[in-house]
Amino acid sequence: MPTLVELRQVNKYFGEHHVLKDVSLTVDTGQVIVVVGPSGSGKSTLCRTINRLEAIDSGEILVEGTPLPTEGAALARLRSNVGMVFQSFNLFPQYTARENVALAPVKVKGVKPSVARERATDLLNRVGLAEHADKLPARLSGGQQQRVAIARALAMEPKVMLFDEPTSALDPEMINEVLDVMKDLVAQGMTMVVVTHEMGFARSAADRVVFMDDGRIAEACDPEDFFTAPRTERARDFLSRILPH
Amino acid sequence: MDAVIDNIDVILRGFGATLLVTLLALVLAVVLGTATACFRVSPLKPLSAVGTAYVGMVRNTPLTVIFFMVVFGTPEVGLNASFTAFAVVALGVYTGPFIGEVLRSGIQGLHTGQGEAARSLGMSFGQSLRYVILPQAARDVVAPLGNVCIATLKNSSVAMAFGVFEATAAGYTLANANATAVIQILAAVAVGYLCLTSLAAVAIETVEHRVRIVR
Repeated sequence: MPTLVELRQVNKYFGEHHVLKDVSLTVDTGQVIVVVGPSGSGKSTLCRTINRLEAIDSGEILVEGTPLPTEGAALARLRSNVGMVFQSFNLFPQYTARENVALAPVKVKGVKPSVARERATDLLNRVGLAEHADKLPARLSGGQQQRVAIARALAMEPKVMLFDEPTSALDPEMINEVLDVMKDLVAQGMTMVVVTHEMGFARSAADRVVFMDDGRIAEACDPEDFFTAPRTERARDFLSRILPH
Repeated sequence: MDAVIDNIDVILRGFGATLLVTLLALVLAVVLGTATACFRVSPLKPLSAVGTAYVGMVRNTPLTVIFFMVVFGTPEVGLNASFTAFAVVALGVYTGPFIGEVLRSGIQGLHTGQGEAARSLGMSFGQSLRYVILPQAARDVVAPLGNVCIATLKNSSVAMAFGVFEATAAGYTLANANATAVIQILAAVAVGYLCLTSLAAVAIETVEHRVRIVR
């Protein structure tokens, strides 16, 4: 499969703090990459550099072989091809679920409103929320909001989906409904980069697990290898602290 | 009291002019203020500099001085209009920065994730402002916007000194003509202002509840 996203020697600083250190990563079309690691290891930042919500200080990021545009219309176009799902959902509170999903196709792609509404309804159906289409986000549970957010990102027909800790803000009983939707996407062959603490999801859905520690990719390997025989001390330490629970 | 009742038509005509100047000035101020707020939060340095300069210059200049500049300055460069039009422009230009800063505080009070979500969907900066950010920011700042509206209504009395026969001018003229009823006439004008500002306050509260965003 051709390479869809490629990071080459990416470095990123927040002031003095070196958050990404020479990070290189390739994501092939159809691949699911799950990024794990301790808090503050740079996983979210890594995810956010791919659609340039964070600008990088050195190195290169290519999407479909083209370097990320730095700003303007070209960057907006690129972002419309890269879907993103946030930890805090970030639904637009003044719009209903359906309007949230239909907004960007209409305003960004110029899709006819009636067509976009129909597609939004289909997508909400796909994430199991058909009967909630006309509700405002505040009337939905966290898990429902996050599923609307996934539908909203899918509405732009992205080539790759970025998930930045999509279940970290959810009550435990709502985590699975979101993971189920994500697993459906995996089954449909969506290219995904997922930052998560859900080790079960990593183990069952990932083509490759990337373990980050202190701004570096410490390990990038097959999920079975990572969970049964981690190569680095840091990964063994990390797994020993999270898995017993 | 007779002086008030006999001249009620004059007082009402004055308040008519007050309302006209206030409402038109507010329309102008909302346009200028929205543009200013957008400029000031823009990532483009020249735009944000223009916004900052407008706020810095106008907000720090007394309203009367701005009236002077508009009423006596613009004819110098060949622009002429009625006193009412001048008053609308002066009051609107003066009020613009206040609206702009209130809107900007609303924009900056939003969760940064809102802008990020809009941009990650491929919206341009302008689109994210227009469809996502401003509709929320404006609804969050109805109360302080209402303060600006009420202040503008009262500020419109400065137009009296620049040839507009608004409520304060009506009261002043009538008080001069009825030396025995000065207090009554001025009290009537004050009550008139109070009625308008109270109505405005009720309207603001109604709007605030109606458009409130539940998050």
